[in-house]
Amino acid sequence: MASALLESLLDEDALRAAEAGVPAAAAAARHASAHAVLRDGLPRARDEAWKYTSLRALEQRRYANGDVDVATRAVDAGAFKLPGIDGARLVFVNGAFRADLSTLPVLDGLVTSFADDGAASLPLARDRDADSAESRAEAFVRLNVALAGPGLVLRVAAGVHIDEPVHLVFAGAAAEADVAWQLHALIEIGAGASLRLIEHHVAASANAHLGNLVAHYALAAGARLDLVQIQDAAAATTLIRRNGFRIDSDAMLSMHTIEAGAQTMRHDLCVDLAGRGARFVSRGVFALRGRQHADTHLVVTHAARDTASDIAWRGVADQRARGVFHGAITVAQGADGADAQLSNKNLLLSPQAEIDTQPALEIYADEVKAAHGATVGQLDERALFYLRSRGIPLDIARRVLVGAFCNAMFADLAPTPLRAHLEALLATRLPQAGAAA
Amino acid sequence: MLKIENLHVRVAGKEILKGISLEVRAGEMHAIMGPNGAGKSTLGNVLAGREGYEVTQGTVEYNGSNLLELEPEERAAEGVFLAFQYPVEIPGVNNTYFLRTALNAQRKRRGEAELDSMQFLKRVREKLAVLQLKDELLHRGVNEGFSGGEKKRNEIFQMALLEPNLAILDETDSGLDIDALKMVADGVNAMRAPQRAFLVITHYQRLLDYIVPDFVHVLADGRIVESGDKTLAHKLEEHGYAWIAERKLAGAA
Repeated sequence: MASALLESLLDEDALRAAEAGVPAAAAAARHASAHAVLRDGLPRARDEAWKYTSLRALEQRRYANGDVDVATRAVDAGAFKLPGIDGARLVFVNGAFRADLSTLPVLDGLVTSFADDGAASLPLARDRDADSAESRAEAFVRLNVALAGPGLVLRVAAGVHIDEPVHLVFAGAAAEADVAWQLHALIEIGAGASLRLIEHHVAASANAHLGNLVAHYALAAGARLDLVQIQDAAAATTLIRRNGFRIDSDAMLSMHTIEAGAQTMRHDLCVDLAGRGARFVSRGVFALRGRQHADTHLVVTHAARDTASDIAWRGVADQRARGVFHGAITVAQGADGADAQLSNKNLLLSPQAEIDTQPALEIYADEVKAAHGATVGQLDERALFYLRSRGIPLDIARRVLVGAFCNAMFADLAPTPLRAHLEALLATRLPQAGAAA
Repeated sequence: MLKIENLHVRVAGKEILKGISLEVRAGEMHAIMGPNGAGKSTLGNVLAGREGYEVTQGTVEYNGSNLLELEPEERAAEGVFLAFQYPVEIPGVNNTYFLRTALNAQRKRRGEAELDSMQFLKRVREKLAVLQLKDELLHRGVNEGFSGGEKKRNEIFQMALLEPNLAILDETDSGLDIDALKMVADGVNAMRAPQRAFLVITHYQRLLDYIVPDFVHVLADGRIVESGDKTLAHKLEEHGYAWIAERKLAGAA
């Protein structure tokens, strides 16, 4: 029997509406996806990849399927403006594009369009055996395929360099009912081209929506993507994201990620180092408090020779928050010369907080350089005493140390206003002055 | 200024200080010498307020009030400074930011106006010159990648900047070559003043050739077993700590 969540989203009217007016192949894909997710349901706690993130509470909730009045939602630009970022901006409110808030890029070699065939064209929607963990793991992609409105397509032509960052904003705004929105994006960067992109989740007003974003990135040979992800969604939201990356030969993906908002957050990053010399660098921080739950799930595959991955994430959990970091790297047979580095360090700031970290390395090639490590600890008492012995009060000393711990992940970003913004955002999520030790 | 009476301190269930009494008046330079494991560093740490040191007996009065009741940051604001034997590296916390935060937190607690960055930098430059520390160290993380000597000089630099009333130097001389030792001594001597007292903890007499103490105390097995003037340090250098143990035995007999 389908859960309340799926019943509320996948009723017959919704399915009919989703299949109407799209090409036959897309309609068929939507139909098949809806059918599959109704059949297999959401991931369960016993499914390994979802072991630490229970969806039982989510399954019991009912949502409105998209926001029909999205055009009328008041959104203050102050909610999403970033210092020093004044170029192209695409704003989505409750999952729907808002042209009135956006500044479309007018740049040679950058094409922005909206595909109305749902997410059917995404390489991420896969057929799986019915009623398996793998099949359930596809649930949110299937929901996306079944229901998503027009998807975003960004294409950078071969050899074109887009130096001014393109700012993608995903804003949640209060509606009459809690909304579930589905959105997909396809970003293609041509051979030798480069793009700077910011994926920015914000709250336009307090809300308890469910967001489901599926993005697929394709980096052609020699392409470069600099991606900054800032997740500062409203405190009561549930946010599910899957980012898939295919990186061809000598292409490079550099990412910086902050997970600071949302009540429940699951972020899947699937990186396929598909071509020889493909490189992936990821720096990330999650900073959680209250009863926040954030689950970052990184799966990297070295499929070709001389590929490199360099992943360093840090996590901080205060009060009753829970952080999960799963970093799995597979070096496939024949991917000799691969270099895989993974580090995840975490701080627990309260006895009730919890962080689960699982680095996993599987190597099937012969000549590989690989290292991985994960730690969960507390603030260094020696450092704390050192600061206090110089007159710095305990609460400030704690904030200084936690801030330094997190900010180290952005040390390789140029000291721009954007970097200062990231550090300031983190500072607001660290233990506040006067909070209990 | 500082009055320690019958101080007993336990660390991890083991009694380390076994009844220390010591009085330090403003303007005085006291040296605490003793063999390894005598409890010298414990004394410094307990005065600065480090956690994990349990005072089981005795009192410590500082300017007439109970020092042991104060948090470490309160002691700092009251003018107590500990130069660490092992200064802590804190990557990612900029040295300048750290020093300014510390100085202004102390000033705020004392009800003094905070220094703006111009005033602060002026003060920093004056003090840096004395210790021949490079400007560049200010831009690094606290003690991050400093050599052993740089760390120790940085401690004295911090002392110069914070201008404490009671400075406790915990084996600041250990691991220093002779040039660095002289710089540290110059830094300390430049700060000697009628209103300021020093407690210099050291294993070797060498430092005391450059920082001449008014009093020398020998700490052994958690007690002060001998006190005297600067000549005591020379006697120790000549005869070694075993000489004290023998005298103790002779005294007991």
